[in-house]
Amino acid sequence: MATEKEEKKVYVNKKGLRLDGRKIDETRPIKITAGVLKNAKGSCYLEWGQNKVLVSVQGPREALPKHTANPLKALLKFTYRMAAFSVPDRKNPKPGRRDIEISKVCGEALEKSVFLEKYPNSQIEVWAQILDSNAGSRAAALTAASVALADAGIPMKDLVTSVAVGRADGKIIVDLNKDEEDAPDAVDMPIALMSNSKEIVLLQMDGLFSKKEFDEAFEVAVKSIEGIKKLQIKALKEKYESKEFEQASKLSEKALPKQPSNLLEKDLPKQKVDQKTGQKKEEKKAEVQ
Amino acid sequence: MQKDMLLDFKAEKVVTALKEGKRLDARKVDEYRELKIEKDIYQNAEGSAKVTLGNTEVIAGVKFLLGTPYPDMPNEGTISTGMELIPLASPYFESGPPSTASIEISRVIDRGIRESKAVDFEKLCVKQGEFVFIGFIDMYAINHDGNLFDAGSIAALAALTEAKVPKVEDEKIVKGEYSGKLKLKRKPLLSTFSKIGNTMILDSTLLEETAAQARFSVATTEDNFVSAFQKGLSGSIKKDDVDNAIDVAFKTAKEIRKKL
Repeated sequence: MATEKEEKKVYVNKKGLRLDGRKIDETRPIKITAGVLKNAKGSCYLEWGQNKVLVSVQGPREALPKHTANPLKALLKFTYRMAAFSVPDRKNPKPGRRDIEISKVCGEALEKSVFLEKYPNSQIEVWAQILDSNAGSRAAALTAASVALADAGIPMKDLVTSVAVGRADGKIIVDLNKDEEDAPDAVDMPIALMSNSKEIVLLQMDGLFSKKEFDEAFEVAVKSIEGIKKLQIKALKEKYESKEFEQASKLSEKALPKQPSNLLEKDLPKQKVDQKTGQKKEEKKAEVQ
Repeated sequence: MQKDMLLDFKAEKVVTALKEGKRLDARKVDEYRELKIEKDIYQNAEGSAKVTLGNTEVIAGVKFLLGTPYPDMPNEGTISTGMELIPLASPYFESGPPSTASIEISRVIDRGIRESKAVDFEKLCVKQGEFVFIGFIDMYAINHDGNLFDAGSIAALAALTEAKVPKVEDEKIVKGEYSGKLKLKRKPLLSTFSKIGNTMILDSTLLEETAAQARFSVATTEDNFVSAFQKGLSGSIKKDDVDNAIDVAFKTAKEIRKKL
């Protein structure tokens, strides 16, 4: 019964529109907010259609356990975790083989974009928590993670931007949703680029693709990534133009420069004087005793 | 995983040689090492194989078990693929739960086979909604000298081509009796490349893997499809590298299939 219905599904109709009304090269709506977590060095909240992901960045800080430390560069530790309620059936919170593989490839994808050699013996921890999902959650996590790294002020060569492209019912489409991923001839190909240099930092695929279809899908992905990258940049700009950020930076402007100037100009001489007077006081005390 | 510091120094030689287009073992950049495939070597397995690729050795065995199907696919059996990186194969492999590296290898080999639809899952159905066969493909690294991805993929496919499907009576597997051979619809094979400098080399040795910035695997079928990609490691690759890799992968896999 169910399979019969699936076979009848029209994945791209005569008007060129998909099941959810999107065009073949149209992504689901993407909303990116940088700097959303108070206790993280950098963070990002991203909504991509039904996908919702929160990413935190901690560090750079001492690499632990110590024997893992690399004296030449920082380690980038990426964790992809799905909330138990983020899929239709409850997911066992224990990370499975899929989670471990995604964590590995996404971490490796980000490594090239970060100047890790600036932080020897350190580690940068990126945690991507999937709160809700509907296909394409690794692209969402990776796109958000790159924004969070930039938000943390970590020096980077370029942003990493990711999207999944693929095929349903013979048509090459971008950003497949769950229905499309379940098409009988579905192909799913997540890609991530550093778009300035057109370097591929993540490329996975499953399904049956001809070389021609791959070329077509790749082109669609590159175009789509250009659009998504603009949203990443916009999110970062918005954070630095926001009132909250202005107020916070004014506060820190007032607070921060004072400390060093006090130390240099006033505190140091004062301290010397204090030390002298302190000594004198002690001497006086001794006399009194 | 512990690391041999000496390997890093030796790896510099690989990089220097490749700048002149040469590999330390005098192979061409798109040349495989000598490949030997032995099939049907373990009697308790429903199908088995040992692959020797240069100094790399991997064994694979297939066992069929009865299980319950996924509720959304009541008439389909499935496969489960795993590669164990055991201390037999390398001083840097540790005992314990599967490492990240072994999970990645397993999943990439699995993807190549599964997504090519090589195994007809509907034929693994015993009783709709109740009993299906689960084909376990278990691989073990015996000697690690690079490219466990491809060695594993060849071993898995070789074991599958020999695999016999057990006979079922009264909803139980009859031990030692078989209903016939498992028929494969396609023969997907993985071809794995390492990017060193600006060069993509096929079938890296352990030393070459140490020098690599990026790794790229393509699974290809005999009817000109790619069924899996996987880019690994922290370096990047370009579209041209992918195109080149796909071309070489089709040619290489064609040659390997003749030996199966």
